[in-house]
Amino acid sequence: MKNVLIIGATSAIAQALARQLAGTGVSLTLWGRSREKVEIVAADLRARHEAKVFLEAFDFTDFTQHAGALDRTIATAGEMDVAIVCHGSLGDQAACQADFAVTEQELLTNCRSALSFLTLLANRFDAQGRGTLVVISSVAGDRGRQSNYVYGTAKAALNTFTQGLRNRLYSRGVNVLTIKPGFVDTPMTAHLKKGFLFASPERVARDIVKAIENRKCVIYTPWFWRWIMLLIRLIPESLFRRLKL
Amino acid sequence: MKNPESWGRYPKATHSIRRLNWRTDPLPKSEGESILPFGLGRSYGDSCLNDGGELLLTRALDHILAFDMERGLIRCEAGTSLEEILQVIVPRGWFLPTTPGTKFVTIGGAIANDIHGKNHHRAGTFGCHVTQFELLRSDGERLACSPTQNPSWFAATIGGLGLTGLITWAEIQLRRISNAMIEVESLKFANLDEFFAISSKSDEQFEHTVAWVDCLAAGASLGRGIFLRGNHAGPPNQDLQLHRPSRLHVPIEFPDFALNHFTIQAFNTLYYAWAGSAVSRKTVHYDPFFYPLDSLNDWNRIYGRRGFFQYQFVVPFSSDQRAIREIFARIAASGQGSFLAVLKTFGTRQSPGMLSFPRPGVTLALDFPNQGRGTLDLFAELDRIILAAGGRIYPAKDARMSARTFQECYPCWQDFRQYIDPSFSSSFWRRVSSPD
Repeated sequence: MKNVLIIGATSAIAQALARQLAGTGVSLTLWGRSREKVEIVAADLRARHEAKVFLEAFDFTDFTQHAGALDRTIATAGEMDVAIVCHGSLGDQAACQADFAVTEQELLTNCRSALSFLTLLANRFDAQGRGTLVVISSVAGDRGRQSNYVYGTAKAALNTFTQGLRNRLYSRGVNVLTIKPGFVDTPMTAHLKKGFLFASPERVARDIVKAIENRKCVIYTPWFWRWIMLLIRLIPESLFRRLKL
Repeated sequence: MKNPESWGRYPKATHSIRRLNWRTDPLPKSEGESILPFGLGRSYGDSCLNDGGELLLTRALDHILAFDMERGLIRCEAGTSLEEILQVIVPRGWFLPTTPGTKFVTIGGAIANDIHGKNHHRAGTFGCHVTQFELLRSDGERLACSPTQNPSWFAATIGGLGLTGLITWAEIQLRRISNAMIEVESLKFANLDEFFAISSKSDEQFEHTVAWVDCLAAGASLGRGIFLRGNHAGPPNQDLQLHRPSRLHVPIEFPDFALNHFTIQAFNTLYYAWAGSAVSRKTVHYDPFFYPLDSLNDWNRIYGRRGFFQYQFVVPFSSDQRAIREIFARIAASGQGSFLAVLKTFGTRQSPGMLSFPRPGVTLALDFPNQGRGTLDLFAELDRIILAAGGRIYPAKDARMSARTFQECYPCWQDFRQYIDPSFSSSFWRRVSSPD
């Protein structure tokens, strides 16, 4: 792993990832929406680790900018070994229910923009015949629940899409890795009451780096979510519909 | 985030919590509630609490803006901890200009409390090494502060207990080191006279000096203890090895009776006896030298649910050191007091901070398990001796001094008030600024 692209580089998990990777001497390209914030993250990585850092700032929901950003990145930083799609938002479920425009916005942020990035990156990695494509999804995509099924829908679509990509790119030597974090203590979950299930972004980032190195397909992080979600998926729908989840 | 508490876990307070994620973000609009920045919560008393108000968590502001490796200048956000800064600077041959007994404090907290360390007699306080910072006020104004730019805001914010606004980032002048080691000598002293003799000689030859005192020893042994003095090791050693993360935790809150007169006296007696020979020399890593307690996370839980007090004061030098003697005698007679009584002389280097605590003289810091009324009565007695001697008490450690005591310790507090942000407040400030 020498050249890494992080999309949504100002998220807490992305920042923890970038710090861990910068410490290993890789060069990083950071994409974010706010130039001001991406520059804060980039300056920090340079000061901490003397890392080589490039950055791009643009509106992720403007699909017309995606291809140009990738071309510029490869022109300046070279071919990518790893690309990690981290951006997202935890929308307000109640607002989504009340107004489809909000739902549409959530799907745009958490799913459609990511699918556009993945399409471009998949074709690029397919052509170069190597690389690792990482997507940060969520345990929320494993089953629809009344408390956040819009977010869950976006993540479920991502899961299916990456599953297909993994199947498509395997023979090309490209690994596609889906990350399913549980609760992570980040600005995105600042409004939630914190319990013992919450993990730090650093912990999640460590799991992700390990999974990249070991060429995993799907990981839950922290590990116990694999078993929690297994139980949740096993509940029959006729019973599940009665639960307040 | 757990309900934030101060390090002494007393007093208890309830807050609404917000966090600031970017230094470029505006301060959250307070809905009639006052706000107070909160970093790592290592202040012992209530200076980091804002009961009934809001705490603004600053730990997400942990970005480094720039590190000039040639000149040893680091600029970082205010929520960055000293531990994180060490990770960046030590491998490149730099060290903190001064450091407290824990590396788990933020830069913002270090400035707001104008902290000091074992090298105060040479280096002065942390504020002496702050070259500039940005202060964000609740009206949205961002003040660039340095000794020459907005100097009165610079002075008010250093030691300003987080009340003048939010420090978003600061720049610190570091100190060169050739390796990560400290050459240490420890010397036993049998009483206070011996302490003062060793201390005045050591301050000339050693950058770092501090003493542990057995505050339960009385009579002829009054003020006995162990003197530690050290210098950064020089070349040819160039090993800039970093500290290791500590994994030890105090798994449970100890019962309130675990620390009592007998257990503490037994500990102190053994500790003094185990120090063995009168003088010993060794070279140790900076981590055990500066941060011996950091190896045990949550050590404050050994004091139980009721928490504990730390009491730290400074009294000016005097020919007979009467105040210090009297205080030791009172503490020994009370049978209260702790493992960790730390005695040190402060030097003459003046801090730029307006409400800064250190001044030339002798400082003593001790822990006291919270035993309610008896403990508070002892403190009131000690306060009187300290005020009579022209001394003062350290706000960062305090949870109980009266408004009158504070105002007598810090006569410039009235002048300081004009710099307090109208939206900022703390439990400590409401307590000590109220009319008695």
